[in-house]
Order: sequence, then structure tokens, then C-alpha cells
Amino acid sequence: MCTLKPSVALVLALAFGSGAALAQTPRLGKPISEADIKAWDIAVMPDGTGLPPGSGTATQGARVFAEKCSGCHGEGGKGSPLAPAPLFGGAPLTSGIETPKTIGNFFGYSTIVFDFVRRAMPFSQPRTLTGDEVYAATAYLLWLNKIIGENDVMDAKTLPQVKMPNRDGFIIRFPDKI
Amino acid sequence: MEPNIRARQELERLEVVAGNGLLNRRAFLRGGAAFAAAVTGYTVAGSAAAEPLKDDPWSLEMGAVTPPLQTPSRFEKHVVRTLSNPNNELRNSHARTPHHLLNGTITPNSMHFSINHSGLPDIDPAKHRLVIHGMVRQPLVFTVESLLRYPMESRMAFVECSGNSAPMFSNQPVQATAQALHGLVSCSEWTGVRLSTLLDEAGIDPKAKWVIAEGADSLALHRSVPMKKALDDAMVGLYQNGERLMPGNGYPMRLLLPGYQGNMNVKFLRRLKLTEGPAMSYYEGKIYSQLLPDGKAYRFHFLQEVKSFITHPSFGLKMNGPGYYEISGIAYSGNGRISRVMVSADGGKTWAQAALQEPVHSKAFARFRAPWRWNGGPAVLQSRAWDEAGNAQPTRAEFVAVRGETKKPVTNLLSFPNQHYNSITSWGIASDGEIKHVYA
Ligand code: HEC
Repeated sequence: MCTLKPSVALVLALAFGSGAALAQTPRLGKPISEADIKAWDIAVMPDGTGLPPGSGTATQGARVFAEKCSGCHGEGGKGSPLAPAPLFGGAPLTSGIETPKTIGNFFGYSTIVFDFVRRAMPFSQPRTLTGDEVYAATAYLLWLNKIIGENDVMDAKTLPQVKMPNRDGFIIRFPDKI
Repeated sequence: MEPNIRARQELERLEVVAGNGLLNRRAFLRGGAAFAAAVTGYTVAGSAAAEPLKDDPWSLEMGAVTPPLQTPSRFEKHVVRTLSNPNNELRNSHARTPHHLLNGTITPNSMHFSINHSGLPDIDPAKHRLVIHGMVRQPLVFTVESLLRYPMESRMAFVECSGNSAPMFSNQPVQATAQALHGLVSCSEWTGVRLSTLLDEAGIDPKAKWVIAEGADSLALHRSVPMKKALDDAMVGLYQNGERLMPGNGYPMRLLLPGYQGNMNVKFLRRLKLTEGPAMSYYEGKIYSQLLPDGKAYRFHFLQEVKSFITHPSFGLKMNGPGYYEISGIAYSGNGRISRVMVSADGGKTWAQAALQEPVHSKAFARFRAPWRWNGGPAVLQSRAWDEAGNAQPTRAEFVAVRGETKKPVTNLLSFPNQHYNSITSWGIASDGEIKHVYA
């Protein structure tokens, strides 16, 4: 360690603040542009930030779903042994603490559906859908849950405006930790 | 006097401090060597008429090769994790830690619990990248090699899935081992780089309030972490108990958020985006938001709250007749150090303070131990923990009053009826030595 007297070291630490600690790191992060991060920058926020171009309706989504999703999620999203939970319906949330959560009875934001389908589905071929396909599949799932109409167009503007039935059903457990 | 007899007489004199034979926690420490010898192996042998000793075959020949990577003795083959998806079907997989067969405070890496939502990615560390971007002065990308050159710190920390102990939401006690009930928590010494060091290097926009952390797994699992936590004790973990992370625990790097929901400790960490608001990701918006009896749901529970459970004796282990036993178990809290653990042998009517293995680390497993003289009658063993922030582990009645329980008994031990269970576990011991999971 250094040979400074404790009082001198203290004064230096105070003068430099956290910058003193920072200077000791090797600073090996390489600058990168947001453009070069784009392929990974896929999170869609509840206000719609991050939504890609494209659009789709439930009618179009039904076709996408039959082709790319029903193999696991069953016809019309009713579930299959590969992914048993139905993608629609669900009992009222007051039916018990073990009530299965669905898009219709639980999800607080429509963007959760879009974001998850876009990043994770189809489960065996994630991130292969086009923007239009994700909008269409999302529209189909929202329509199955009776949240939007069959021909409502979902795009970067309309999707975040969809009000989910359970949007106000949440209590922040530890607000002081945020 | 023969040491064995003297030890047994000492045992009889030990101070009983709570109902059904719980002894003073310092009794074993005071007893000395003869005493310790007498209680080793759970029961005091009555006859002590040992056979004459001789050399066994392994003592008379050169042993096996010393391997580069050692594994446990072949006699310990049963000490393994239990799997929810052994054939790697296209869905999530859970591997649970065998707490009833382990001891101490560190979970061996091979037995650390692991949950993977889409299998184990086979990540080449030479190609893996960590990017920090969003509300920063300068987006940065790091290689694994470069992070290994940063100043590091080591700390003990438990990681617990918030779905751990979910079968305890059952309205009837499920008969299962501590592994099946509580196997989704483990504790390691983690070594890595302080997250604040890396965020500082990128330059934090003061308006950024959240960090969205994302993995390199096929689901690109992402969670939102409050900036408060990111700048407090968060770490980019690279080593686990001295060796590089296990694939199931996030190789080549993971986010470590001591005391926070396991799922937030994003594995295979590849991206950190600073934002003003949370992402409301699938895992925070659905899976890890838990339903309350009135139909509302908790969001951003974050903390794994104070909890304890007895591992010895417990369901799946056998009692060897009346006599002296060490009750032992694990306690931990996402709020800091465990300050006290009490144990009961009469279902919570009376309590004795357990000894805590020193040192007790913050947000890590504390091993508690209490000497017990089982008289061979029915007993109900419980443990209850307190943390340094003053939080008490809730009794089952207190817990169920707020969080509820299922309407029907839970039959599928792998299901998650709800999340964040931290109440008391009770082991009922019958006169014949059978151990059952009970509610008391
Ligand atoms: C290979 C099987 C498979 C295919 C194909 C598949 N999924 Fe999935 N899906 C799953 C599994 C498994 C889960 C559960 C993931 C988890 O819980 O981690 C899931 C979860 C979901 C969920 C979350 C549902 C909820 O309520 O929690 C949605 C939405 C979804 N899939 C939509 C789709 C769409 C849309 C497609 C087609 C584009 C699709 N899936 C194709 C297997 C599949």
C-alpha cells in the first residue's frame, strides 16, 4: 500500500471522491455505438419504447399462429402437452392464490406479450419472426383474450395504448427499494 | 472413570432449556473431547463393545489414480441434485440442492441449484461480450478477458429462487425432503467486479433509475434492477467458490444481487441498459409477481426475506432411537446478517436459542445448531430466524393470514402455486422415529 500518513490519504480521497476509485480501474471497456448494439437492443418498454416498425391484426396473426405456434401451444392457443397452459382466458384472480395467470387475467401491459414473443418465441427458433409477424401474433393473442377486435391494427402506436384488464392490479412490494 | 461413562453422565446433567429435551446451545462446546466422542454419530452407543480392529483391503494396496478434477466418493453417489426436466424437453429445467445431505454454509458448485428457462447455453468465453449502454456517457463493450483484469472482490451470498419452498403454500403439508421443499436456494463465495465500477466507467446519466439486465440464453431473459441496488452491492460475478462459474450458474458471467430474487441475478449476462423506467419484462410482469388472496398481486418484491429451515433431522432422514442429536439447519436473509435463530421441539410452545456458526456473513447462509435429547416421544421440530434489521421469520399462521394458501392440497411438487414463501418448516417426529412434514 501507499506510504502516505492516514490524514493525508483521507484528504486525497475526499478531494477525488469516487473518481479516485475509478482511476484505479484498468478502463478496458471499448466504446461501441448504439447502432452496433441494435441487434441485442430488443427490450420493449411498457410505453412502447423499443417497438420496431411493422403492424398486424388478429386475422393475420391466426395464420402465423397456426403455422409457427400451435405445434406447442395447441390449436387456437388452447395448450398441448408441450406447452400446457392455455394462452387465453383464466379464472378471476380472486379465485385463489394459485390461480393460473394468463394474458387476459394478469398481464399488466400489452408490451409484455409483444416483447416475450419477439425475444423468446417460437421457443425452438427464437428471434426469427419478422416485425409484422410479432405484431400479428400479439394481436391474435390479445383478440383471443377479448382485449382487442379481430381487425384492430397493432403497431408501434396502437399497441402501447391497449389497456390490459389487470393493469391496475399490482402493488409495489418495496417502493423504498426503487 | 472410563471416558465413555463419564461423558454419558455429563450428558444426563446437561441443562434443558426448552420443552421436549432442547439443551443449552453451549452444552456441546463445554463438554470437551470425551463428550464430543460420545455424541458423534447422533446416538450414544449403549454397549460400546467394539470389534477388534484390523486392516481393510484398501489399507493394504496402492490406491487409484489421483484425477485432475476430483469428484465425491462412490459411496456418496446418492448426494445429487433432483431434476425437473431430465430429458431436456423444450421447457424450463430445475435442479434442486440436497440440503438434507449437506452441512456447513457453502453449497458445493456441483450441487448449487440451477433453473434454466431454455436449457444451458454453451457459451464460448472468447466470444462472449458484455455491453453497457442506454443512459450512459459512452456505451462500452467488455470481453471476459478484460473483466478478469479488473479489481475484484469476494463475498458470500445466497441465491434463492423466489419460487423456493412453493409447495409450502399447500393447505396440507406435502411429504417431501428439505431438497424438494427448499432446494432452490444455495450459497457460495462469489468473486467478481463491482457493477458500480463498470457503470461508472460508462458514465451514469443521473436521470437513469433502472438497469435492464439481459442474458445470452435463447430466451434472452431480462429483468429490471433498480439503480439503487446496482450501485449498492451488485457484482458481475465471474468465480464461484474459487472456480469459474458453473454453466448452470451463469458461465461466463452473471449478475449477482445479494439477497434479491434469484431470477434477477441474470445469468449469462450480456447486456446492461440504463433506463428511466423498468422494462416490465415477462419474468417480472408475470412469473415473479405473486398473487395475493384478494386478487391483487405484488410487483417488484425483490427481497428474499428472512427464513430458516432444519436440515437435520428432516424428512427422508432416520432417527436412530432415543438419545442425543444435533438439530441443525440453515438461516438467511436478504436484509443482512442473521442475528438469532430459535428452535423448538414442541411445535413452537417453547423455544431455545441455537448456536450460530461464526462468522455470520450478510445475505449468506448461517448454519445454526442446537443440542437435543430426544426422549423417544412425539416431537415437532421448528426453527425461526431473525435478521439484523429486526425482521422475524413469520409463523405459519402469520404468513397464511397475509399471503394465503391453496384451496386444494398441492400434489405436484414441481409446481409453483405462488412465490416468496419464508415461513416456518415443521418436522414431526413419531415415537417410531419416522419424520414427517407437518404444520404446527
Ligand atoms: C417449441 C415449442 C413452442 C413453440 C413453437 C412456441 N412456443 Fe410459446 N411457449 C413455449 C413454452 C415452453 C413457453 C413457456 C416459457 C416459460 O415459461 O419460460 C411458452 C410461452 C409462451 C408465451 C407466454 C404465455 C404465458 O401466458 O405465460 C407466449 C405469449 C407464447 N409462448 C407465444 C408463442 C407464439 C406467439 C409462438 C409462435 C410464434 C410460440 N409461442 C411458439 C413453447 C413454444
